Amino acid sequence: MAATKTRVSSFSRNLSTVTSQNPGLKHGPNGTIFISSGIPDLDKILGGGFSLGSLVMVMEDPEAPHHMLLLRNFMSQGLVQKQPLLYASASKDPKSFLGTLPSPASPKGDKTSDHTHEKDLRIAWQYKKYFGEPQLNLNTNNGGQLEYCNDFDLRKPLDRHFFSSNNVDCVSIKDSPNLTALQDRCAGFLANFSRNAGCISSAARIAIQSFCSPQCKYSNEEWHMLSFIRSLKGMARSSNAVVVVTFPPSLISPSCSKRLQHMADTLLSVRAIPDEDKELAKLLTGYQDMVGLLNVHKVARLNTQVPVILEATTFSIKLQKRRFLVLECLNQAPVDGSSGSSYGTSGGCSGSTKSGSLDF
Amino acid sequence: MMMMEQKNWNLLDEALGFHSNNANPWPLCGRFLLVEDCVDTSAAFVLHHILKRAFSSHPSSAVLFLAFSHPFSHYDRVLRKLGCNLAAQRDNGRFFFLDMLMLQCPDEGKSNHDGLASVFEQIERVITVLHQDKRPISIMVDDISFLEVAANGSSNDVLNLLHYCHTLTSDYGCAFIALDHKDIYLNGDRDAIILEMEYLADILVKAEPLATGLAKDVHGQLKVLDKETQHQYGISAIKTHNFHFKIKENGIECFYPGTKI
Repeated sequence: MAATKTRVSSFSRNLSTVTSQNPGLKHGPNGTIFISSGIPDLDKILGGGFSLGSLVMVMEDPEAPHHMLLLRNFMSQGLVQKQPLLYASASKDPKSFLGTLPSPASPKGDKTSDHTHEKDLRIAWQYKKYFGEPQLNLNTNNGGQLEYCNDFDLRKPLDRHFFSSNNVDCVSIKDSPNLTALQDRCAGFLANFSRNAGCISSAARIAIQSFCSPQCKYSNEEWHMLSFIRSLKGMARSSNAVVVVTFPPSLISPSCSKRLQHMADTLLSVRAIPDEDKELAKLLTGYQDMVGLLNVHKVARLNTQVPVILEATTFSIKLQKRRFLVLECLNQAPVDGSSGSSYGTSGGCSGSTKSGSLDF
Repeated sequence: MMMMEQKNWNLLDEALGFHSNNANPWPLCGRFLLVEDCVDTSAAFVLHHILKRAFSSHPSSAVLFLAFSHPFSHYDRVLRKLGCNLAAQRDNGRFFFLDMLMLQCPDEGKSNHDGLASVFEQIERVITVLHQDKRPISIMVDDISFLEVAANGSSNDVLNLLHYCHTLTSDYGCAFIALDHKDIYLNGDRDAIILEMEYLADILVKAEPLATGLAKDVHGQLKVLDKETQHQYGISAIKTHNFHFKIKENGIECFYPGTKI
């Protein structure tokens, strides 16, 4: 499975030091440490995952809850690795959301090995040029061993024992008149993972869903929200944690949205695709399987000034076998239009593909 | 060392006047340089570049850095790869790093004395001490938009602070370098800050993405507008420079459009 591949090319760094102690952490460039986003393909796109100390912002599409897919996998991945989690949302009972988290795919069975094979082919050929490393199938996935990144089965709920422990903290921001309470919770939570401690034993995750949504009473106080995100960013920077915040940009003023985008270390956006867009269906292979689009606007550059330039910034979100979340480059359909079901036969990797309204 | 560096001037250095071999070791003295960028193209690298040049311009030059967006460790790592050791400069008393990441002014209505006023007092204290030794001083602000957030959106307070910093350029001959994000103000929302800053700036550096999108070899384009307000004959001419850039760990590559091999 994609999640279990270890880097074996001579170009890769020696990852053994941290990974041997904690499978949830991985060394990145410039002294950063990655944790997994919970989506193997997204980890690959971002060059390894989310860097500890970074603020990840996801811009929601008001028409579809695709940001929840990212959020669920991010949270599940942390819980599976027993990383402490703070989850805040505008719902009345945020704890109930934990029941909808996906479970890691069961490692055994002929079905999965078949699936692995198919996936390997696809990824090897599609992502080879990003990483320049052979994708060897070193499958160590037996006996429920902890891995850096799992494949999550979206149709199977996460075992209760993962989130019944006391390292999960849920906060409802629905009725709080301002963000001071949430800020205090975050500060208290992050204080346990201060970076000064030298060795990193564990990483923490904070997930805040629909940050500026109108259910919150503070949603018209933009400066209040901005200073909360800014201080959250400042706190995250000095701790071993990743903060993921999703927000609906259409509900706040354009300048406020831009400010939030500037604050983000990693900036993603999700978009729904219309069901019956015939023009788009003609342009893209595999259109029928797509549930949405993911845009990567910014990749965190901690401790470096060099920007990460991706070959493509728009990816299609697909559900493989209706279970697994995969991200793919958009492939331009051959002129005569081929069947979207065969991944292997689709056109070349599309760094330069231009397709109507979709910009790269 | 100096000889080595003189050979390595790039287009940005030329546009900012670093290459000219006149008596003034730090050509930004007494000038205000505003850097503008957008979400797609960050111009933080311009600050890094100027920071590096500031230290190499004169053996006793000093920099006062107001950091709103990144902690010291980030800048230390970035500048180390550029060949400049910030930790050592800090210990030598040449680099003054004011960590403003968690600065939050009290709410409106109350006296802002704990907020930006005390920030300026800090700045002034450092500058007056440094000025006694006649050292070339640069003041850098790495993100004005964060400063606004820290001031709870009070444009007046932010403008006051920026104006005070600007007066230091004439009072003490400091260089004042600040970064702001142009795209925040594009829809005319609270754009007084960017308009006033653009008006006051002696040099404007704008970083933009390429119109054709992101590329591996060209990370964007820079426009440098030098208003030459201190021209010796009082003639105000605006010099503009346009070029593309590619950011690398150990520096930046600048080239005219189409000349990259």
